[in-house]
Amino acid sequence: MSIYRTHILVPVDEGTVQAGVFEVKRRLEQKITEQGLGNEVKVVESGTVGIVGKGVILVVYPERMYYTNVRPGDVSLIVEEHLLKGRIPPTLKYASLDIQGGLKSLHNTGLTREQKRVVLDKSWKMSPEDIREVLATGGYKAVEKIFTEKMTPEAVIDLIKQSGLRGRGGAGFPTGLKWEATRKAAGDQKYIICNADEGEPGTFKDRLILEGDPHKLIEAMVIGGYAIGATKGYIYVRGEYGLSIQRMQQAIDQAREYSLLGPSVLETGFAFDLQIKIGAGAYICGDETALIESLEGKRGNPRIKPPYPVTNGLWQMPTAVNNVETLANIPEIVNRGAAWFRTMGTDKCSGTKVFTILGHVEQPGLIEVEMGTPLREIIFAYGGGVAGGKKFKAALLGGASGVFLPEKLLDVHMDFESLKENKAVLGSGAVLVMNEATSIPDMLFSILKFYAHETCGQCAPCRIGTHQLLQLAWKLREGQGRVEDIDTMLNLAETMQRTSLCPLGQSVVAPVKSAIDNFRDEFERAAGHSEIS
Amino acid sequence: METAQVHIPDNAEYRELKKFIDENGKEPGPLIQVLHRAQKIFGYLPPEVQHFVARELRLPFGQVYGVVTFYNFFRTEPIGDHIVNICLGTACHVKGASEILKVLEQELGIRVGGTTQDRFYTLSTARCFGACGLAPVMMVDDEVYGRLNPQKTLQILRDLRNAQTVN
Repeated sequence: MSIYRTHILVPVDEGTVQAGVFEVKRRLEQKITEQGLGNEVKVVESGTVGIVGKGVILVVYPERMYYTNVRPGDVSLIVEEHLLKGRIPPTLKYASLDIQGGLKSLHNTGLTREQKRVVLDKSWKMSPEDIREVLATGGYKAVEKIFTEKMTPEAVIDLIKQSGLRGRGGAGFPTGLKWEATRKAAGDQKYIICNADEGEPGTFKDRLILEGDPHKLIEAMVIGGYAIGATKGYIYVRGEYGLSIQRMQQAIDQAREYSLLGPSVLETGFAFDLQIKIGAGAYICGDETALIESLEGKRGNPRIKPPYPVTNGLWQMPTAVNNVETLANIPEIVNRGAAWFRTMGTDKCSGTKVFTILGHVEQPGLIEVEMGTPLREIIFAYGGGVAGGKKFKAALLGGASGVFLPEKLLDVHMDFESLKENKAVLGSGAVLVMNEATSIPDMLFSILKFYAHETCGQCAPCRIGTHQLLQLAWKLREGQGRVEDIDTMLNLAETMQRTSLCPLGQSVVAPVKSAIDNFRDEFERAAGHSEIS
Repeated sequence: METAQVHIPDNAEYRELKKFIDENGKEPGPLIQVLHRAQKIFGYLPPEVQHFVARELRLPFGQVYGVVTFYNFFRTEPIGDHIVNICLGTACHVKGASEILKVLEQELGIRVGGTTQDRFYTLSTARCFGACGLAPVMMVDDEVYGRLNPQKTLQILRDLRNAQTVN
C-alpha cells in the first residue's frame, strides 16, 4: 500500500448524491491525474460527515479542511491552488459555515465543532466499500482480540455489562444484561438481530452508520453472536434505505471472503453468518416483537410480553435484538475497555449519543456527543441556533413518540435519567427545533396523523384511540374544537398508555401531554375560548 | 379451495417468480421477501399474483392478503411509470410539506394514492426517508429531491415529463 500525503474524503449520502457528488468526484480524480498528483493524493469515497444541506462536501486531510457547496467548476481551483500550491482558494466556500475570506478555526463552530466520536469515528476516515481499508484502519481488531486473548463468551458479556452500555433505540435497557439473558436461555439455536428499521420521523443516524461503516456493524454482530451463542444473525433494514442495503450486502460479501463471517470465523471453529432482511414499511416493526413477526414473514403485530425475545424470540428461540447505534459501540468497548467507555457520559449513562438536529436551525445535521450534553449546547453550539434570527419556541425530542420541550427546559442534560426527571425521553436522538411561528396544535395534529396511520390495529385502545385523538386534533385545528376537547385528548392518551398492548399505543401520551401541558394557551386559543389572548 | 379456481397465466413473469420461489422458498418465513420480488416483477400485487404466491408457498390466501395490506410498501393497484413520494414526517411537516403536497395534487390532478390518466405518475406519501436534513423532501422513484418549494417541485415534475417525451 502506498503512502499518500493528502487524502480527500468525498462523503456520499442522499444529500450529496442529489447535489451531484459523483460528477465532482470524477472531475477531481481526472484533474489529480492530469496534474500528476496521482501518487500523492488519494480520493476516498466515505460515509457522511454529518453535514447536510450544504451540497457536495470535500474534506481534505491532514488539514481537516472542509469545502462545502462544491460545484464541478470549483474542482480545478481546489486542485491547482490547494493541492498543488498549498494555498486555500479564497473565493470558495469552506468550513462548516459559508465563511469567505481567511481561514477560521474549523473546530469550534457548527457541525464541525469537536465531537467525541465512537460510533461514527471511522465513518469518514476510510472508504466503507473496501474491506482492506477497513482492516488497515483497525476494523475487526476487536474480533481478533477476543479470539487471540481467548476471551470466553461470559467474559465478553461481563465487559459489556461493566461498560454500562445501554440500548440506543429508545428504551435504554442495559445491553450486557440482554446478552446474558439470551446466553442463559435454553434453546438449540439462538439469534442476534440488528434492528435497522429506523422509522422514527426525524431520525437518520442508523442509516449513516449502515452506509458509512457497515463493517463495524458486522464486527459487532460477530462479537454479539459469539457472546450469546448464536450462529446466525439478521439485519432488518427498511426497504427505503437503498444505499444502506447495497453497502451492507457488499460488506457482508467481503467479510465472508476474508473469513470474518462463515463456517469458521478466522479459523477458530466459531460459525457465524449474517443475512439482510428487507422491511416493507411499517413503523410498528421498530418494536422488537413486531420486528420478529415480520422477519418470520407475517404481519408486524407486536407480541404480548412476557415472554420476552431473550427466551422466546425468532421462531420461539432465544434472540437478542439490538439497535444499530448500540451495536456500533461494541467493537471499541472490546478494544479499549469498559473503564475507557465509562469516562464518557454520565454515571448511569456512559458513552456517547448520536443526535440529529432538524427543523428551524441554521445547520441541520448529525452529531455525536457525550451522553448528558445540555440540549442548549446541541441546538445552539452545534445546530447554530434558530435559523433566520427567529426566536426559539420548542424542541420535539425523540421523534413522533417524543416530547415537546419549552424554552425553560433548554438546559436539560441529554441522558436517560435527566430527561426522565423532566418527563421527557431520549428516544432515537432526534431534536426537532421549532421557531416562534410554529403552531403546536398543528404539529400535534401531524404527529397524531402519523400514529393513526401506523397503528397496527391489533388492540382496540390503540386502533380506536389514535383515530379519536386525530379527530379531536383536527377539530381544534379547523376552529371547530371546544375547550373540553383538550382534556378529553389528555384522558384518551392516558387511557391508551395504561391499556395498549405495545409501546406504540403506550407512547402517544408523550407528545399529547407535553404539548398540552406546556402550550395549553395555544390549544385554548385554537378552541376559541381563551382567557389569555 | 379458492386458489385453485383462479386462472394464472403461464408467462415469463410468472416463470421468473416461480424460479425465485423455488430457490428461496425453502428458507423459513419467505413470504415478505417473495412479495418484494413479485412486486418488482409485476409492479404491483393484483389478486392473481397473491393467489399464485399463496399456492406456491402453501400458505392460506388470507395470510398473503393480510401481509400485503399490512405493509405500506406493497401495492394492490397498478401504478404509473414514476412514483412521486412526498414525505409527511415531522421534520418535513414543520418545513411545509403539506403545501408541497397541495401543489402536487393540483399539478397532477390526483389525490394521494391516485395515478394520472396517462399512467405517468402515481402520487404517494411516506413517513420518513431519513433525509430530514433536506426537508421538505420527496422521492421520485429512487431519486431524492430536497429543500423543495412549490416552484422547484413543479419544475422537477415537468422536467421529468419533458425528458420522457423527448426520448
